[in-house]
Amino acid sequence: MVISFDLTNEAYRVHDEAMRSMWRTLDVRLLRDVGALAAAVLVVGASFGAIAVAEGVPVWLVVAMSTLVFAGGAQFLAIGVLGSGGGAAAALVAALVLNIRHLPFGMTIAGVLGDRWPSRLVGSHLMVDESVAFAIAQRDPARARAAYWACGVALFVAWNVGSLAGGFAGQAIGEPEAFGLDAAFPAGLLALLVPALREPSAGLVALVGAAVALVTVPVLPAGLPVLLALTGLVVVLGRRQPAERPPGPSR
Amino acid sequence: MTEPLTLWFVLALAAGTYLLRLAGPLLRDRLQLPPRAGQLISLAAVALLAAMVATQAVTDGGSFAGWARPAGVAVGAVLAWRRLPFVVVVVVAAATAAGLRMLGVP
Repeated sequence: MVISFDLTNEAYRVHDEAMRSMWRTLDVRLLRDVGALAAAVLVVGASFGAIAVAEGVPVWLVVAMSTLVFAGGAQFLAIGVLGSGGGAAAALVAALVLNIRHLPFGMTIAGVLGDRWPSRLVGSHLMVDESVAFAIAQRDPARARAAYWACGVALFVAWNVGSLAGGFAGQAIGEPEAFGLDAAFPAGLLALLVPALREPSAGLVALVGAAVALVTVPVLPAGLPVLLALTGLVVVLGRRQPAERPPGPSR
Repeated sequence: MTEPLTLWFVLALAAGTYLLRLAGPLLRDRLQLPPRAGQLISLAAVALLAAMVATQAVTDGGSFAGWARPAGVAVGAVLAWRRLPFVVVVVVAAATAAGLRMLGVP
């Protein structure tokens, strides 16, 4: 099995032909997977809207936040810190620290966004854990692009519609925990990572990274434990050219 | 809320988050990275996402999330490893956690 996973810019120039074929590659299975995730995001977005309104945030500002920030974890964290009296500066820093992971994400999926400015500028805003995971779960560049955009757009719409609905409905919306959605998101991310994790070196990096993050959660502010997972890379740094390739779409 | 959420706060968070998102593709463009570095960057995303999975599965707000959530994720993990479809993994993980909570597991 020859699978090349290297994400280089050269491999990902967005050609017109590639853009046209992008939508053809969006098969039923991919759309179904993205749809399931969007349904879950809709409910969590509604929960965010309800919680924010309960904290005294006007509905228009809830929707503005979901549209402009589009980062669920950071939005929940900011509302939580403000609500517990942490102050605006602390809330802002906490939320931004949680979002630092987007920088390495962006370096990984730079090729998926291509080198055209409209694609980069819009695509960057759609960068969330799930769209990145969907992209790197694909073996072929056209599918990776299709998966990234489909997931990003679907989750953006679901998150904003959910926030709006939750803002209006208030606490009438059920808790995501009652549906087990807090388990669905990590399980979904893991399912997307499994093909990559089957490569021994990637599996080892992920295992060490996850362990470092878990051990440091009790003592570090939110976001930093996940960034410390990058120390997992030391397990492959010593190797010159690994027999197996790192995960991601092939050329 | 002791200090209210303002439009300025939202704009600052949105700008900071967007710059963090845009920085990656731009940096990747400027830096002429050797292939080996490109491989490491691909691995970096896997390490970060794996850490997201682990911390989200087990912890909530810095402390233990209770047993229902990790149990649901663990069942989902087994199904994912056995190559069951994504939708099945997500739905069974959610149903496991929700079912355990209905039985009184925190």
